[in-house]
Amino acid sequence: MMNNIFFQLFITFFKIGAFTFGGGWAMISIIEKEIVDKHHWLAKDEFLDQLAVAQSLPGILAVNISVAVGDRLRGMKGSICAALGTILPSFMIILTIAIFLTPDLIKNNEILSKIFKGIRPAVVALIIAPVITSAKAAKIGWKTAVIPIVVALLIWSKLPVVSNPILYIVLGGIGGYLWYRRQLERTRELQGKEVEK
Amino acid sequence: MIYLKLIWSYLKIGLFGFGGGYAMLALIEREIVGPGWITEQMFTDIVAISQMTPGPIGINSATYIGYVAPGEASAMFTNPLFGILGSLVCTLVVVLPSFFLTTYTSHFITKHRESALVKGVFTGLRPVVVGLIASAALLLMNSANFGSVSYDIIVSIIICIAAFSVVFFTKIHPILVIVFAGVAGLFIF
Repeated sequence: MMNNIFFQLFITFFKIGAFTFGGGWAMISIIEKEIVDKHHWLAKDEFLDQLAVAQSLPGILAVNISVAVGDRLRGMKGSICAALGTILPSFMIILTIAIFLTPDLIKNNEILSKIFKGIRPAVVALIIAPVITSAKAAKIGWKTAVIPIVVALLIWSKLPVVSNPILYIVLGGIGGYLWYRRQLERTRELQGKEVEK
Repeated sequence: MIYLKLIWSYLKIGLFGFGGGYAMLALIEREIVGPGWITEQMFTDIVAISQMTPGPIGINSATYIGYVAPGEASAMFTNPLFGILGSLVCTLVVVLPSFFLTTYTSHFITKHRESALVKGVFTGLRPVVVGLIASAALLLMNSANFGSVSYDIIVSIIICIAAFSVVFFTKIHPILVIVFAGVAGLFIF
């Protein structure tokens, strides 16, 4: 039982899910240590390939990477074991909190309501910080800044249709494809001219 | 039927949730807070609780919202069992798209990673994701989170700026920032 690969997959991702705070990115380095260094389930470059795929797909990064690793090792069953391991700790912890820390309790308990009044503006700050770090990572300059600014303001506006985030995800994907294809055509044209000379 | 609506919403969140937990918040806000299944304050509280507990924010919020939403939607569903069912449903549905996409498209993406289609799409998504995170921050800067009387608003803005400076300029863990903010709230408000 303990040496069973499915059980090992489940337990490994369960530990990762239970002890990593701070979401996807914090989890990645620990997943890499467990999968590549400790269990030798994947070689480092294989892991990085899977990570690249997991990052580009929608959904929860930690779940994507656990599904990818599980699938790589033992197909569908492997991915179910790995994903369950990742999900279960959060699920049990949050369910316990939800049962005891109800919204009514927060509202009606004087101490809790004061604590949460202090916490809420700090949570907003925790979301402003990644705006700047992700803008830097995406190499947003003064020219390209117009895209995130317009997207953010229109979603914020809560106007019908244009405030739907899904619209911008679809437009961003299509726009990116068209832009990239044009860039490729241009470089080809330039290369063609050089050859003519 | 609240459960069907939750399934539909979380399917969309799972399918279009590009760019990680914070970018997903913009979608969750629209799909879950928009129809009034949970209040603005609850939404922020869930984000806070997610930060302080292990695990991805997408799972944490699905579990919490799934528990709370049925009871908020109808007095029929106030029994905790309906909440647990909601938690199960939302958590499973939010991971379902990534399950199928990862298993069935990973081969395609690995093979075509250098192609114009894959490269272009992801280049185009990057600035949008920044906008999504920014919109989540903007949406949360409201009277539900910053108060409605001037004393509350001023104190909240000070806490927000202080928390931002600590997170952005130091290596202090976000969990500690939330704990400090909670203690500050206890004494100031």
